[in-house]
Amino acid sequence: MFADSVAMSRALTSMTLGFHIIFATIGVGVPLMVSIAEFIGIKKGDAHYILLARRWTRGFVITVAIGVVTGTAIGLQLSLLWPSFMQIAGNVISLPLFMETFAFFFEAIFLGAYLYTWDRFKNPFYHWILSIPVIIGSTMSAVFITTVNAFMNAPQGFELNGRTITSIDPIAAILNPATPAKVFHVVTSAYLASAAILAAITAFNILKKRTNPYYKKALKLTMISTLVFALATAIAGDVSAKYLAEHQPEKLATYEWHFDTERGADLLLFGTLNEENEVEHAIRLPNFLSFLSFGDFNSEVTGLEEFDEELVPPLWIHYLFDGMVTLGMFALGIAMLYLISLRIRRWNEEHPLLLWLIIINGPLAMLAIEFGWILAEVGRQPWILRGYMKVAEAATTSPHVGWMFLLFLGLYIILGVIGVRVLRKLFKNNPVELELEQRFPHIAKKDDGQ
Amino acid sequence: MSYEMIGIIVLWLFLYGYLIVASVDFGAGFYAFYAKLTNKDHIINQLISRYLSPVWEVTNVFFVFFFVGLVGFFPDTAYYYGQTLLIPGSIAIVLLAVRGSFYAFENYGSKKSNLYMFLYGATGLLIPASLSTAMTISEGGFIQETGEGVVLLTRELITSPYSWSVVFLAIVSVLYISSAFLSFYANRANDRKALELVRKYALFWSFPTIIASLTTFIALSQHNIEHYQNMIDLWWMFGLSLAFFSAAMWFIYRGIYYGCAFICVMLQFFFAFFGYGAGHLPYLLYPYVTVEQGATHEAMGLALVIAFILGLLLLIPSLYMLMRMFLFDADYVKGKK
Ligand code: HDD
Ligand code: HEM
Ligand code: HEM
Repeated sequence: MFADSVAMSRALTSMTLGFHIIFATIGVGVPLMVSIAEFIGIKKGDAHYILLARRWTRGFVITVAIGVVTGTAIGLQLSLLWPSFMQIAGNVISLPLFMETFAFFFEAIFLGAYLYTWDRFKNPFYHWILSIPVIIGSTMSAVFITTVNAFMNAPQGFELNGRTITSIDPIAAILNPATPAKVFHVVTSAYLASAAILAAITAFNILKKRTNPYYKKALKLTMISTLVFALATAIAGDVSAKYLAEHQPEKLATYEWHFDTERGADLLLFGTLNEENEVEHAIRLPNFLSFLSFGDFNSEVTGLEEFDEELVPPLWIHYLFDGMVTLGMFALGIAMLYLISLRIRRWNEEHPLLLWLIIINGPLAMLAIEFGWILAEVGRQPWILRGYMKVAEAATTSPHVGWMFLLFLGLYIILGVIGVRVLRKLFKNNPVELELEQRFPHIAKKDDGQ
Repeated sequence: MSYEMIGIIVLWLFLYGYLIVASVDFGAGFYAFYAKLTNKDHIINQLISRYLSPVWEVTNVFFVFFFVGLVGFFPDTAYYYGQTLLIPGSIAIVLLAVRGSFYAFENYGSKKSNLYMFLYGATGLLIPASLSTAMTISEGGFIQETGEGVVLLTRELITSPYSWSVVFLAIVSVLYISSAFLSFYANRANDRKALELVRKYALFWSFPTIIASLTTFIALSQHNIEHYQNMIDLWWMFGLSLAFFSAAMWFIYRGIYYGCAFICVMLQFFFAFFGYGAGHLPYLLYPYVTVEQGATHEAMGLALVIAFILGLLLLIPSLYMLMRMFLFDADYVKGKK
C-alpha cells in the first residue's frame, strides 16, 4: 500500500481535506457569528456583545491561520497528486478556482482591516461594516470551491474527444445540476457547526461556574443560531437527496442500501448486511425513501441492481449517512430543548445535563461535517470525474507519495496540537471578567452588583 | 493581444507582486529573529510587527493567486510541474504552513516563544530557496519525459551550479528588499534607532545581491544558451535595473528619500524580473510547454480574463484602503493608533 501511488494519493488528499475542512468550516461560519454579535452590541449599546465579538475574533485569527496554510496545501496538492486530473479538468473548472482566490483576497484584506481597527472609528458602525466583506469573502470562497466539487459529481459544459477537450462552456460547468444542492448544504452546515461550537464553549464556561451575564447572552445567541442553521441544514440535506435521486441514483441507493428498484421504497436506518447482502436489524420507515427522493410516498426509486457492480461505491458509507443525519437531528433537538427551557419558567435552561449536551453537540456537529464529506467523496468512487475519468487514471505516478503522507501527517499533528494549546492559553490568561473590567469598567461594576 | 499572452503577463505581474511583498515579509521575519538573538529586538520588532500583522494573509493570497492562475491559464503546467515537483513542492508547502501558522501563534497567542520565532525566521530564508527550484526547473534539463511519465532528475538539479546560484540569489534578494522596505517604514515612523539598524542591513546586502545576479547570469549562459541569448538582446532592461539599483543605493547611503529608494528597488527588480521572463518566452517549461500550446481553451481564457478584470475592480480599491490604513497612515505607523 505504501508504494501504491494511487492509494497514497487518496490517503494524502483525504487527510489534508479532512484536516482543512475543520478550519474552513470555522472560517466560513464564525465571521457571521462575530458580525451578528457586534451588530447586536452596537444596536443595543450592550458592551457584553461587543466583547463577545472581540473575543471570538481573537480565537478566530488562530483558526484562520491554520485554515489558510492547509488550504494552500490542498490547492498545491491538487496539482501535485492529481496532475492528469488537473490537466483535463483544469481546462473546465479553473474559472471557479480562480474566482475563489479573489474571494480569499477580498476576505484577507478586510480581515486585516477588521482586526486592527476596533477603536479607530468614532462611529462604531464603520467598524461593523468591515465585517461584511469578510463574511462575503469567506462564504463565497466556500461557494466557489463547492461548485468545483459539484462539477466532479455532475460534469458538464465541455466536449471530450479522446483525451482532448474540444469545446468549453465555463458557466455551464459551474452551474451544473449538483451545484445548488451542494452549495446550499455546505454553507448552512458550516454556519451550523460554527454556532454549535461557540455554544459549546460558552456552555463549558457556565458549567465551570462562571456567572457573568456575558455568558448567558452568549449562550442564548449561539443556541438560537444553532436552531436556525440546523433547520436550514436539514432542508438543504433534503434538497441534496432529491438531487441525487434524479442525477446520481447509484449514490443515493448506496447511502440507503436500496438494492431493488421499487415504488414506495422504505428508508433504512442503521442495520447490518448479511452474506447475501440482505439488510438485517435495521429500523424501517415505510415509504420514506420515496418521499425523501421525490417528495411522493409512492414514487419509484432506482435500486443498486440496475448498475454495473464495478461502478458502485462501497456500501459502508450508509453508516456515515445515518450518522450525519442523526447528528443533525441531535443538534436540532438540543437547540429546541434549550429554547423551550428558556420559555418555561420552571425549567432551568442552564441545567448541568443540558449544558453537557450542548457541549458535546459542538464537536459532534464538526463530526457531522466530516461524515458528510467522506460520504459524498467516497460515494463518488470509482470516479474522480463522474462518467469521464476514474481515480486510478488521475493520480501521480511518483513513487514517493507515501513519504509525503508521513511528512504531512507530522505537520498536521504539530499544527493541531500547538493550535489547540495556543487557543487555550489565549483565553485562560485573559478571562472575560478581567477584560470587561479593563475595557468597560462601568459595565463590570454593574455585573458585580447583580 | 492573444489571451495566453494577457494571461502570462498577468500571472507574471502577480508573481512579481508576490516577490516584493513576500520578500518584505520573509526578510522581516529573519531580521526579527536575528534581532532577538543579538538582543536588539527592542529596537525593531515593534516596527516589524506593526506592519506585518495586518498584511500577512494578503501576502499568502498573492502566491495562491499565482499558482491557481497558472494552472487555470496553462493546464499543461499542472501536469509537468505536478508530476515532478512532488517532493520540493511538498517541502515548500510544509515550510509555508509552519511559517504562516507560527506567525499567528507567536503574534496573536499570548505566549512569546523563542522557538516560534526561530521557525518563523528560518523559514523566511528556506521558502524562497525551495520556491526558486520551480524557476530553475523551467530552464529545462532537469526533467525527462519517459514512456511512464515525466520524472525529475534530482542529481542534475543538486549538482548544477545554475540551480545553486538561483538559490543564493533568492535568499540575498529577500534580505535586500526587506531591509530597503523597513528603512522606508522606520523613517516614516520617525524611529531613528530602528532606521539606523535597518539602513545598515540594506547597504550590507546590496553587494551580495548584485554579485549573485551576475553569477546567475553567467551560470545561465552555461545552462540554457538560448534563454541567455534572448536576455542579452533585452540588455536595456537589465541596464535599467542596474541604474535603479544605483539610485536606490545612493538614496539609502545618503540617508535621503527612503520612499523613492524603495520604489527604485522595486523598479530594479521589476526590470530584471520582466527581462528574465520575456527572455524565457515562448517557453513556460523548456522545452515541453510553450505559452501557445500549453494554453487553455479560448472560451476559458476569455472567461478568466473577464473574471480577472472584475476581480481587480474589487481588489484595487480594497488594497488601497488597506494601504491607507496601515502603510500611509502616519499615526498608525508611529504606533499612536
Ligand atoms: C476540489 C474538489 C474537492 C472538494 C471540495 C473536496 N474534495 Fe474530497 N477529493 C477530491 C476533491 C475534492 C479529489 C482530489 O478529487 C479526490 C481524490 C480521489 C477522488 O475521487 O477525489 C477526493 C477524495 C476524497 C476522499 C477519499 C475518497 C476515496 O478515496 O474513496 C475523502 C475521504 C475526501 N476526499 C474527503 C473530503 C473532505 C473531508 C472534503 C472537505 C473539504 C472534501 N473531500 C472536499
Ligand atoms: C479541494 C478543495 C479545496 C481547495 C483546493 C481549497 C483551497 C484553499 C486555499 C488555497 C486556501 C488558502 C487561501 C488563502 O491563502 O487565504 C483555503 C482556505 C480556506 N478554505 Fe479551502 N479549499 C478547499 C476546500 C474548501 C471547502 C470545502 C471549504 C468550505 C466549506 C473551504 C473554505 C475555506 C476557508 C473558509 C478557508 C480559510 C481561509 C480564510 O478564512 O481566509 N475550502 N482553501
Ligand atoms: C438533517 C438531515 C440531513 C440530510 C437529509 C442530509 C443529506 C445529505 C446528502 C444526501 C448528502 C450527499 C450529497 C451528495 O453526495 O451529493 C450530504 C452531504 C453532506 N452533508 Fe448532509 N444531511 C443532513 C444533515 C447534515 C448535517 C447536520 C451536517 C453538518 C453539520 C451535514 C454536512 C454535510 C456535508 C459537509 C456534506 C458534503 C457536502 C455535499 O456533498 O453537499 N449534513 N448530506
